[in-house]
Amino acid sequence: METMGAVADIGDLVFPGVETMVREESRQEEKVEREDRSTVGRPFVDDARMTCRDVNVYYGEKHAIRNVSIDVGRNEVLAMIGPSGCGKSTFLRCLNRMNDTVDSCRVFGDIQLDSLNIYDKSVDVVPLRAQVGMVFQKPNPFPKSIYDNVAYGPKIHGLASSRTDLDGMVESSLKKAGLWKEVSDRLDQPGTGLSGGQQQRLCIARAIAVRPEVILMDEPCSALDPIATATVEGLIAELQEQFTIVIVTHNMQQAARVSQRTAYFHLGDLIEVGSTDRVFTNPRHRLTEDYITGRFG
Amino acid sequence: MQSRKKETSMDKMNIGLAKRYRKERRFRLFGLAAVFASITFLGILFVSIAANGWTAFQQTEILLDVHFDTAEFDVDNLYSVNYGALVKNSMRSLFPEVKGRSDKRDLYRLMSSGAVYILQDMVMKDSGIIGSTQQIWLPADDEVDMLMKGHISRDVTEGDRRLNDKQISWVDTLVAEKRLEKKFNTTFFTAGDSREPELAGIRGAAVGSLFTLAVTLLLSFPIGVATAVYLEEFAPRNKWTDLVEVNINNLAAVPSIVFGLLGLAVFLNIFGMPRSAPLVGGLVLTLMTLPTIIIASRAALKSVPPSIREAALGVGASKMQAITHHILPLALPGMLTGTIIGMAQALGETAPLLMIGMVAFIVDVPGSVTDPSTVLPVQIYLWADSPERAFVERTSAAIMVLLAFLISMNAIAVFLRRKFERRW
Ligand SMILES: Nc1ncnc2c1ncn2[C@@H]1O[C@H](COP(=O)(O)OP(=O)(O)OP(=O)(O)O)[C@@H](O)[C@H]1O
Ligand SMILES: [Mg+2]
Repeated sequence: METMGAVADIGDLVFPGVETMVREESRQEEKVEREDRSTVGRPFVDDARMTCRDVNVYYGEKHAIRNVSIDVGRNEVLAMIGPSGCGKSTFLRCLNRMNDTVDSCRVFGDIQLDSLNIYDKSVDVVPLRAQVGMVFQKPNPFPKSIYDNVAYGPKIHGLASSRTDLDGMVESSLKKAGLWKEVSDRLDQPGTGLSGGQQQRLCIARAIAVRPEVILMDEPCSALDPIATATVEGLIAELQEQFTIVIVTHNMQQAARVSQRTAYFHLGDLIEVGSTDRVFTNPRHRLTEDYITGRFG
Repeated sequence: MQSRKKETSMDKMNIGLAKRYRKERRFRLFGLAAVFASITFLGILFVSIAANGWTAFQQTEILLDVHFDTAEFDVDNLYSVNYGALVKNSMRSLFPEVKGRSDKRDLYRLMSSGAVYILQDMVMKDSGIIGSTQQIWLPADDEVDMLMKGHISRDVTEGDRRLNDKQISWVDTLVAEKRLEKKFNTTFFTAGDSREPELAGIRGAAVGSLFTLAVTLLLSFPIGVATAVYLEEFAPRNKWTDLVEVNINNLAAVPSIVFGLLGLAVFLNIFGMPRSAPLVGGLVLTLMTLPTIIIASRAALKSVPPSIREAALGVGASKMQAITHHILPLALPGMLTGTIIGMAQALGETAPLLMIGMVAFIVDVPGSVTDPSTVLPVQIYLWADSPERAFVERTSAAIMVLLAFLISMNAIAVFLRRKFERRW
């Protein structure tokens, strides 16, 4: 029901005068579309790091994610695209149980990391989030020094045995995040005093400092200028050798540049998954095609 | 057509703009006037209090040559010595011409009745002075003090004055002999309450206030912060927590005397705690300040950006770690502000303390939280209620002490906030 409302809203914006007609039309479309909303393409891979089966997410009564099944391959970059409000962030946040912090959110289905169901009662979210790190849309460094920002994760997980060990970890993380040259002489200064792009790279350094297996990135470049974006994209390509990366983006060129596989979400449904080249050059689903060619969203 | 339309809309905007600026100026003016008015009133208040009160920091004293006559100390118990006779003897030796019982009595009245205790204390401290003659400054009676400070007019007829003509002439003689002077009033800062204004001090009430506030702070800050953290971070959002929230907000608006009644019923009658004790006062004031602290602390916690919380959880911090490492440090300045507001409220509170007996006349300076005591605002109330003219200035002086307390508390708050905020 809500999804229809969303479509009607867009209609309202475009044709404020013919409200009822648009409502009618969208309802028609909804009915026809409902049938062929099963995922097309190849959602599953052989060498999967994470597997998701029949995932459904509700915010209270609202059905935000419907029956999504998808694999995340080892050392691949999976891009998730789709119109605003289609549930990309919601799905991404299921992968490290960040949704636990939202009271109204309920997650159903089976999500496995290395063949272990992460929503199992016996699973502790603390080590899980160390294994599946996250970089957020808005850079959110701690209001502490650059050093403390990066060192925080290793410290709480007890990864460093000594002070020099910790120093080494901070240095290597900052190097991997491509920030070391810029900040090596001012590690004791506040992380919040860096530029937006530097802050985002600091957040990436903070995420990789705990040596996760998977890194989730929710629109990491949406607050950055093209140069900083290019830096982060280059970084993703490098990180891919060590980590599995799932990235949400609104920028289709970016998805095309950094990812091997692309998943297209539409109003809570996973519409199409495939290798990035194939999805962008030859989309199989009409909704994917509409979105990629700019006819929707 | 097109260009004319543009012009008119521009003109319209200009008219509107001028109006907008006028409005803005008017608003600024109002604001300035309001600030100015409040500063003026505050200034008037301070000046009138200070003008009334500063004389209380001085006390008229009389220099006596006291002869500690060995004959008088011919008893086993130093307490039962007739110290009054010592004072009277030295007064008489200053004015040998005074004869007749009523004249003598008038002469003795120039001296404070507390002078004997000062002599007694001296002897108790050092019995070696027995047999010698000492020059001692002793407090004059409050009426003499008032005369010296100009609060008793010499022009009115003798019958309407508290001092008769002879007494005034003796005072003048003493002044001429430099045996009567206004000195800094140390008694005011070292003594407890007294029926005699010249012997009354603020120390008892100040220490009582300190003890009470210490109990309040020690209880209300941890409890308030813990409650706020639980409600904000851990409690599920449901009907019960809504109910708790509404009740806390209501408690903040409950008249403070109700908390006093509660304290009387629960702490005194059920638990049998001592009356007039700072401990009970602190407990009652804790109940009163808790809602303020909880509400302020919750607001402080809410104002911490959720992105910080997510960042901490995202690198695998547990909920408790996220709170103690990141959220609490950021919320602490706000919490401190709320606490100080609550403590300032508690410092000035009288009504609930009346209910638990902290309004009693207590001479001793309390030594612990269970000793009977009063607090500053209650002391102010008691003195303001006393008939003696000399208590008027002491009331104002006590208000000044209370204000000094408040200002120093606020200064501490500002200092702490600065200190914690520097940690970005
Ligand atoms: N905390 C929440 N409570 C209730 N509904 C929510 C909550 N978060 C998201 N939603 C709803 O779930 C749907 C999916 O939201 P989500 O944030 O996952 O979208 P998104 O694809 O990430 O959008 P965007 O591209 O704008 O970030 C939206 O309709 C949104 O209104
Ligand atoms: Mg999103």
